[in-house]
Amino acid sequence: MARAVTNQRKMINTGAAWIIGLLIFFPILWTILTSFKSEAQAIADPPIFLFFDWTTENYSTVMERSNYGRFLWNSIFIAGGSTILGIIIAVPAAWSMAFVPSKRTKDILLWMLSTKMLPAVGVLYPIYLLFIQFGLLDNVYGLTFVLMLINLPIIVWMLYTYFREIPGEILEAARMDGATLRDEILYVLTPMAIPGIASTLLLNFILAWNEAFWTLNLTAAKAAPLTAFIASYSSPEGLFYAKLSAASTMAIAPILILGWFSQKQLVRGLTFGAVK
Amino acid sequence: MYLRTALCAASALALTAGAAMAQSTLTIATVNNGDMIRMQGYTGDFTEKTGIAVEWVTLEENVLRSRVTTDITTKGGQFDIMTIGMYETPIWGANGWLVPLDDLSAEYDVDDILPAMAGGLSHEGTLYAAPFYGESSMIMYRTDLMEKAGMEMPDAPTWQFVREAAAAMTDRDADINGICLRGKAGWGEGGAFITAMSNSFGARWFDMEWNAQFDTEAWANTLNFYKGMMDESGPAGYATNGFNENLSLFNQGKCGMWIDATVAASFVTGGDSTVADSVGFALAPDTGLGKRSNWLWAWALAVPAGTQQEAEAKQFIEWATSKEYIALVAENEGWANVPPGARTSLYENPEYQKVPFAQKTLDSILSADPTDSTVEPSPYVGIQFAAIPEFAGIATEVSQEFSAAYAGQQSIEDALAKAQAITNEAMEAAGYR
Amino acid sequence: MATKASRSAARVMMAPAVVLLLGWMLVPLIMTLWFSFRTYLPLRGGDQGWTGFDNYVRFVTSSSFWPAISTTLVLLIGVLTITIVFGILLAILLDQPMWGQGVVRILVIAPFFVMPTVSALVWKNIFMDPTNGLLAHLWRFFGADSVSWLSDAPMVSLIMIVSWQWLPFATLILLTAIQSLDGEQMEAAEMDGASVLSRFFYIALPHLSRAITIVILIQTIFLLAIFAEIFVTTGGAFGTRTLSYLIFQRVLESQNIGLGSAGGVYAIILANIVAIFLMRIVGKNLD
Repeated sequence: MARAVTNQRKMINTGAAWIIGLLIFFPILWTILTSFKSEAQAIADPPIFLFFDWTTENYSTVMERSNYGRFLWNSIFIAGGSTILGIIIAVPAAWSMAFVPSKRTKDILLWMLSTKMLPAVGVLYPIYLLFIQFGLLDNVYGLTFVLMLINLPIIVWMLYTYFREIPGEILEAARMDGATLRDEILYVLTPMAIPGIASTLLLNFILAWNEAFWTLNLTAAKAAPLTAFIASYSSPEGLFYAKLSAASTMAIAPILILGWFSQKQLVRGLTFGAVK
Repeated sequence: MYLRTALCAASALALTAGAAMAQSTLTIATVNNGDMIRMQGYTGDFTEKTGIAVEWVTLEENVLRSRVTTDITTKGGQFDIMTIGMYETPIWGANGWLVPLDDLSAEYDVDDILPAMAGGLSHEGTLYAAPFYGESSMIMYRTDLMEKAGMEMPDAPTWQFVREAAAAMTDRDADINGICLRGKAGWGEGGAFITAMSNSFGARWFDMEWNAQFDTEAWANTLNFYKGMMDESGPAGYATNGFNENLSLFNQGKCGMWIDATVAASFVTGGDSTVADSVGFALAPDTGLGKRSNWLWAWALAVPAGTQQEAEAKQFIEWATSKEYIALVAENEGWANVPPGARTSLYENPEYQKVPFAQKTLDSILSADPTDSTVEPSPYVGIQFAAIPEFAGIATEVSQEFSAAYAGQQSIEDALAKAQAITNEAMEAAGYR
Repeated sequence: MATKASRSAARVMMAPAVVLLLGWMLVPLIMTLWFSFRTYLPLRGGDQGWTGFDNYVRFVTSSSFWPAISTTLVLLIGVLTITIVFGILLAILLDQPMWGQGVVRILVIAPFFVMPTVSALVWKNIFMDPTNGLLAHLWRFFGADSVSWLSDAPMVSLIMIVSWQWLPFATLILLTAIQSLDGEQMEAAEMDGASVLSRFFYIALPHLSRAITIVILIQTIFLLAIFAEIFVTTGGAFGTRTLSYLIFQRVLESQNIGLGSAGGVYAIILANIVAIFLMRIVGKNLD
């Protein structure tokens, strides 16, 4: 009897969760489906859900028109580079905040986060002028550096929360055994914090991938990532839902796939020290 | 330390990039309009002829505008050629930011460019950008629906006629709206339309002392007429419709009339259109005050001053806006698809004269005069805009107030009062008043 | 543990991050401050000299200033409320035993991976378009008149789009927190006859307070700077102009760097007010 009740409850849970999950996912699903329709079918009334003439024509049009490969590579480079660089800089900072805390640690953390509140557009001209000075416009390295700075506060903060959960005694013990500070971080701390570092990496990769202000305004042809790619498909002349959907799918597919494969990691890691 | 490493790496990259680019690559910023996309497809022809490679930066109109404006005002030097319009060209030319196009080759035949276009793309008689295509605006209407309504479109209708025809053509059950017009906020969208329309109602943006004129009867008449007509016969949500939205409505057979850019004529009679066989054309309407409501615009190619590749950039412009390019497109895709409105010789070509919208396009362009666009005298040049640097910002905010009125969020009186305040405020800040 | 040596080592290790961020904050900030006191009109000959507090006065006295502030706050509070309330409900649901939990979780997080520009474009055109949008088809199917979402209910639409993007993030963080909830404690409370509601309010919610704080903090940072969604959908029309969008209009559309920079300084002040307010609650919850 008890088992029947749980099964019934499980069924209700499953039903409700699936309906809500599909509802939330539906806009993405619909975009993907639309990308395989002809322009006429994309706006057909009533809408056609599955039984249309599947075509990959939109994808070939998009591929023909833009150098997708280069946009994709730039996105990967900029998002990946800025995240890795950020982590390299953030690990020591987070270490010292977590294990040698002072009265000001919390203030420094919150100050770091507050640098993210500066509205990007307000400093567009200053940054643009600086980039001209240093010859960094339309340069993947320049952009990587900027995105690293933008995400650095979040990276430091996330790492700090993970490090704090590691008992200080372990580091103490390692030090007793004669480990230097470098050994301590590289061989004791980092391995223990791998899950935390991994989810920091993922989250910031996503944030950098989706950043659409600096990536658009500081690039021209050579360093432009997928955010610029999508800007050439928004509101062109004529019917465009299917082509827009194809371009959108191409812009989000890589990160969507990455996200799906690593969702366990994300779910496990995104605790921000919330679990005590 | 990290900063320095990053900077070193960056400059090293810049050096290698510079070396790789020795055989010259042009970076061209352009808008994602159909004719521009088509041109990208023919880039191979240019590279073959000259050995110059081309990198395209294709962006949506609003993104393009803010992108190239940032770059030109800071002398960022990111682009060798920029696609700009009739609004930017004289202002940028006056600031010395563009390379004058006064030494184009004899074969290019610069005198063949339509005088109205050349005039709008010049500052003090010097040409600063070459028109890739030019446009005015006109009425595109469904001949079948017009017939069904028992009416006949004159060559040069009045607004009153248009309103009556729109009401007669509207059939809400069949999802047919008598008229589709731009209502979307933005100076280049709904702002351009309502400004051009207001000219025919005797309105103007500024009097000769640069005082905003939104408190006049003429502006109230314009907005009341527009909103009245659109509420009667326009599509749902017209306050967010711009060129693209209306184009796709018209192509789906959901509009009886559409008053918009003449370049749209080739789209509504082209392969994407479901009503291609039953489209007629007429001049933009008036109210008998002596001015019609058609505008004048060109998308043109300009070379920013300070580019390292001035000669190559000019070579490209000569190729892209030449008679040969037009012939190349005509040969491959038919005459209806060539970039219109830029050259006199195109309209003298007997092949092109067979294209149904050719004559009306030319008539519309010829009837537009940016130096004398308003019934009462005005201090500015331009029809659907005033060629002063402050205009884009002001007109975008004003058109947002108008769109809010179209959507019924505020009354027309309130919208006009706010427009008046916004404009005078900005003109004071800029030191005009 | 914190010896003198380790303290100085700590300072050295913190230095790169702190110095970089200080530079990233100070250099643009000083330049913005400098510009905000000058008449700087790129299209009218550039920097035309000192103008005192004119830009500041002009920016606040402009008729668009207070509406922009209230729009910013409405958007912020609207999105925070929706994402937290629905995030908690979703997290509780996802924590229940069910079939295909992994797949459902993937479906729920997916919107977080979508670029803001893409999501705004897709919502605006494919869903909210009053003629061809899917919602319009749906409305007509049920015999109702289609809604012009972006002009008739602009803030609702905008909040909806942004909430759709951020709901997964809130759900994820809340879910991890719920998973760590002590099951025995809940069961014990159930045995004692506590209702579902009182169990939620007295046990679950306090347990979640820290996670909620984190969601508020992170989302506020991103929501204050929201731009692409407005640029693509309404272009600031129909009362959707936030403070950062107003600054965009001053800087890029009006090409008035001085005025825009003054706006930037106001935005920094607003951000700091919000930050101090947050610190009050966060400070307590972060330890």
